[in-house]
Amino acid sequence: MADGSMTEEKIDFSVIDAIARKHSVERGAVIPILQEVQDTLGYVPKAVIQRIADDIDVPASEIYGIVTFYAQFRLEPLGKYLIKVCHGTACHLCGAEMVADTIAQVTGAKEGATSEDKLFTVERVACLGCCSLAPCIMINGDTHGRLTPESIDKTMQEIRKKEAASAG
Amino acid sequence: MSLAKEEKWTIKIGLASCGIAAGARKVYDAFKTQLKDKGLNVEIKQTGCMGMCYNEALIEVISPQNESTFYSKVTPDKVERIINEHIARSTPVTEWIIPQKELKSLMAKQKRVVLRNCGIIDPESLEDYLAADGYKALEKVLNSMSPQEVIDEITTSGLRGRGGAGFPTGIKWGFARKAEGEPKYIVCNADEGDPGAFMDRSVLESDPHTVIEGMLIAGYAVGASEGYFYIRAEYPLAIKRLEIALAKAMEKGFIGENIKGSGFSFSIKIRQGAGAFVCGEETALLMSIEGKRGMPRVRPPFPANSGLWEKPTTINNVETLANVAWIILNGASAFNSYGTEKSKGTKVFALAGKVAHGGLIEVPMGITLKEVVFDVGGGTSSGLEFKAIQIGGPSGGVIPASMADTQVDYESVTKTGAIMGSGGLIVMDESSCMVDITKFFLNFTQEESCGKCTFCRIGTLRMLETLKRIANGEGKEEDIELLEELAHTVKRASLCGLGQTAPNPVLTTIKYFRDEYEEHIRDHKCRAKKCQALITYEVISEKCPGCGVCAKYCPTKAISGERKKPFVIDQEKCIRCGLCMNVCRLDAISVQ
Repeated sequence: MADGSMTEEKIDFSVIDAIARKHSVERGAVIPILQEVQDTLGYVPKAVIQRIADDIDVPASEIYGIVTFYAQFRLEPLGKYLIKVCHGTACHLCGAEMVADTIAQVTGAKEGATSEDKLFTVERVACLGCCSLAPCIMINGDTHGRLTPESIDKTMQEIRKKEAASAG
Repeated sequence: MSLAKEEKWTIKIGLASCGIAAGARKVYDAFKTQLKDKGLNVEIKQTGCMGMCYNEALIEVISPQNESTFYSKVTPDKVERIINEHIARSTPVTEWIIPQKELKSLMAKQKRVVLRNCGIIDPESLEDYLAADGYKALEKVLNSMSPQEVIDEITTSGLRGRGGAGFPTGIKWGFARKAEGEPKYIVCNADEGDPGAFMDRSVLESDPHTVIEGMLIAGYAVGASEGYFYIRAEYPLAIKRLEIALAKAMEKGFIGENIKGSGFSFSIKIRQGAGAFVCGEETALLMSIEGKRGMPRVRPPFPANSGLWEKPTTINNVETLANVAWIILNGASAFNSYGTEKSKGTKVFALAGKVAHGGLIEVPMGITLKEVVFDVGGGTSSGLEFKAIQIGGPSGGVIPASMADTQVDYESVTKTGAIMGSGGLIVMDESSCMVDITKFFLNFTQEESCGKCTFCRIGTLRMLETLKRIANGEGKEEDIELLEELAHTVKRASLCGLGQTAPNPVLTTIKYFRDEYEEHIRDHKCRAKKCQALITYEVISEKCPGCGVCAKYCPTKAISGERKKPFVIDQEKCIRCGLCMNVCRLDAISVQ
């Protein structure tokens, strides 16, 4: 899926064209196209916005406007693990700030940023809808709940260990 | 052979997002592996949300005699004993089961209409849904009711929109039926954006066909031929289960051309929301489906006359549609026998926050908040005193414990200054600060304001700044009046529901907790010990064994000391995040 290391020079535009073609039969296809592009590349590179604009004949400025309006779209590549920190009401009451601080502490990535080793990107989200398990986070689509500083630390260490093992 | 069949056990495992987050998938796998060679007659079944989220991971063991036992907080290492003792020898592992008394008190005041199948059927199985009278309402409608009769039945039932505003559903359908233009659309609003709300997610993850059936009946009633589910991208499991359900319903001819030979044709598509709270507003939602920036527009024209691509469009919330099939099968009078004079039926709530039995609940309209918090919710989780309840998310308000006799219906809740909203209920105890929670909601609405209306865009920001000032102990005497004035202006001068309701948290907390605001301003004191600028953390030397855990987690390295001797917090460096207090197992950190 998302490969954050892909740089703009290496983008295979034929993939973009295919995604655009697939959705363009539908009305109002811009958002589904951008969603699939982001699923494929991990983000929406600026060069791709122009390509989609050419493909479906919509001004690039309009597509850029859509990308920046919706919180889901990213113009920058992601770290290998995307951590969404829930800041819903229940999580707020049960210590979302504490979770955010701990994550910043153990990953080296503050909310909205990617860690230097490109391993973690941390995002602030409004609500993951797992309020009874507050505080909670989502790591690459998997939700983790009832968090404590220790459990966060442990989860992050496990990820680092796994990465270190696969690297060498 | 038939004997063996009668001896069959069933294990149901709640695999909605909450359950999976609590490790239910691993429990499911453990049962699968460990039962493989046991020679026991056990069916392992996935279901959706059983509603008791505080017990996740949750399983239900059903004996051949149909006796049901619930196990709470199940982990893979508990699986072996459950199999060996409960299933092999019919002796339940009593220390892990949820006592009957607790189950009874949880369910005594609930009535399940919308959630009737949740936690019972497999959401990915059409057969399960059919066995639970699924698509019978659709067949009844197609075979024996005219569209107008369907609208009349829904109107008589008294069903009102469950997304928050509470507009009568039957009347809404009537408008769209009379509107001119083809094709007509039905849109299901599943852009559940309120932080603290998870009703729609749970319903779609647990019983997607109910919502699809509701949409098909709506389509038949208004004469629509196309439907859209607009669902948050943050809900990947709900999207997946909805996709599976749509594919299966299509395969069996419940969706598509000439449904069951009736001449009625209907197609359904899914559109994923891209993370904009304002898209829960209906005109913004339509903009988003059309592929534009989701910004609300002036009404009229109302979507019923000019909606998606300027065609007549009916927009219903997930819970609203989930009521429809039940009403058609059981009759309008069965539905309106629940509730109050003007608010009929039931309401689903996501009960969370500082409550003992948090989860997904469904109660008849007219129940009091007190009954919800204490009888269904089991009181506060902390044991601290119940202080207030937040209803309606960022558009709603805070109702104090002293008004817990307020009935849950559209009119009574609105009278308090809050709104019913879509179903978020957050319980707050003594440790919750009213200035802090208001700041939290304003921070949310300010970020989510689309920017179209000046008063919403700038007004929410000015309110947020003022709240931050108060929370920082820099508030001025006149700030409370300033907040009230801003709040009323933003309400009046905003185009859509977001701006019109964003000030509600400010107004209700000032109305009911004015003394707490004054305390922050005059005495620089936060009684809940939440506002960071007004508190200090200290190590209690007598209790501190010098383990150093707090120092390890301190993000600013403000804690230092020698091992086995009491540690000290450097107040200059301390950012008052409270991490040290959270990690200390000996309660050796105090906050003042």
